[in-house]
Amino acid sequence: MAIFSVYVVNKAGGLIYQLDSYAPRAEAEKTFSYPLDLLLKLHDERVLVAFGQRDGIRVGHAVLAINGMDVNGKYTADGKEVLEYLGNSANYPVSIRFGRPRLTSNEKLMLASMFHSLFAIGSQLSPEQGSSGIEMLETDTFKLHCFQTLTGIKFVVLADPRQAGIDSLLRKIYEIYSDFALKNPFYSLEMPIRCELFDQNLKLALEVAEKAGTFGPGS
Amino acid sequence: MSRQASRGTESKKMSSELFTLTYGALVTQLCKDYENDEDVNKQLDKMGYNIGVRLIEDFLARSNVGRCHDFRETADVIAKVAFKMYLGITPSITNWSPAGDEFSLILENNPLVDFVELPDNHSSLIYSNLLCGVLRGALEMVQMAVEARFVQDTLKGDGVTEIRMRFIRRIEDNLPAGEE
Repeated sequence: MAIFSVYVVNKAGGLIYQLDSYAPRAEAEKTFSYPLDLLLKLHDERVLVAFGQRDGIRVGHAVLAINGMDVNGKYTADGKEVLEYLGNSANYPVSIRFGRPRLTSNEKLMLASMFHSLFAIGSQLSPEQGSSGIEMLETDTFKLHCFQTLTGIKFVVLADPRQAGIDSLLRKIYEIYSDFALKNPFYSLEMPIRCELFDQNLKLALEVAEKAGTFGPGS
Repeated sequence: MSRQASRGTESKKMSSELFTLTYGALVTQLCKDYENDEDVNKQLDKMGYNIGVRLIEDFLARSNVGRCHDFRETADVIAKVAFKMYLGITPSITNWSPAGDEFSLILENNPLVDFVELPDNHSSLIYSNLLCGVLRGALEMVQMAVEARFVQDTLKGDGVTEIRMRFIRRIEDNLPAGEE
């Protein structure tokens, strides 16, 4: 999956749509016997690995599932506290899945508004008048592409650095937004987008872009 | 090889008769509901405004025009691109005020009123007032406060339909980043 996420930010900087379409790459599931040789700690409502790296489990990874059942923050699926459960030798052997903790929706909201502010700062820093604002943010693991419409809505796509054709994808997402979100009379402007058709068509567009992009420059 | 069909060339053919009938049904229902021409005009303007705020994104997504830097550019884009795209007509732009902040759009034929005759008891009804609302709503989303009103109407016996557009001010609050 070369396109990781899509974010749509409204004029005020609020996140109105978010889609993650990447398969988590660094997840490891292992069976453990008592005592657990990894040091776990509670942080931000999640159980993280504080110390003890082995076999693909890194420091900072969170406990995602115990015995196949997804963990809910610091509680197991049955409502017991994870740390307590894992401290009890009677529960072993136990199979735990570790992985990079996913962002919660609140965190995504916060990050989107922060990006909105950074975007504004970016335009103000510009030596020339009328800057387009941040168009791309590049790191070694992903590239963030941003497109701001004349009406102030921002479409943000996070993709693999080698993925091409994201500019046309951003325009396509704008079209899909103007069709399936705006033409839906029950959708209010600036509010979170909860339109099935928008979801479906967006996923289709992402698939097309991925296929077209990896074959070379654009389509 | 392009896999994405270009959305610009794909056009959904729909009967314009259905459109005219729909609009007519809308106006007559409003007349029944409000019984007062002024109220109907206001409602049409409000409805047009709600259409305009959504239509502008569709227009920008499809037409790829950039930001207009003065009212003349705006007038050109409205007449030559927008009206053409949505109503299939190209009104002419005339009667510029000396300060360059007012102009008239002259529509030779208005597709909304193809088969319409205004009865005597609705003499102050502005039948196509929806269009004024659309223009107002759309321009407001690109930070321009304008006033649009009909000064001539073929339904009232004039030769052409004339919409007068006046630029009020640039909307400075909530500007998208980068536009100063």
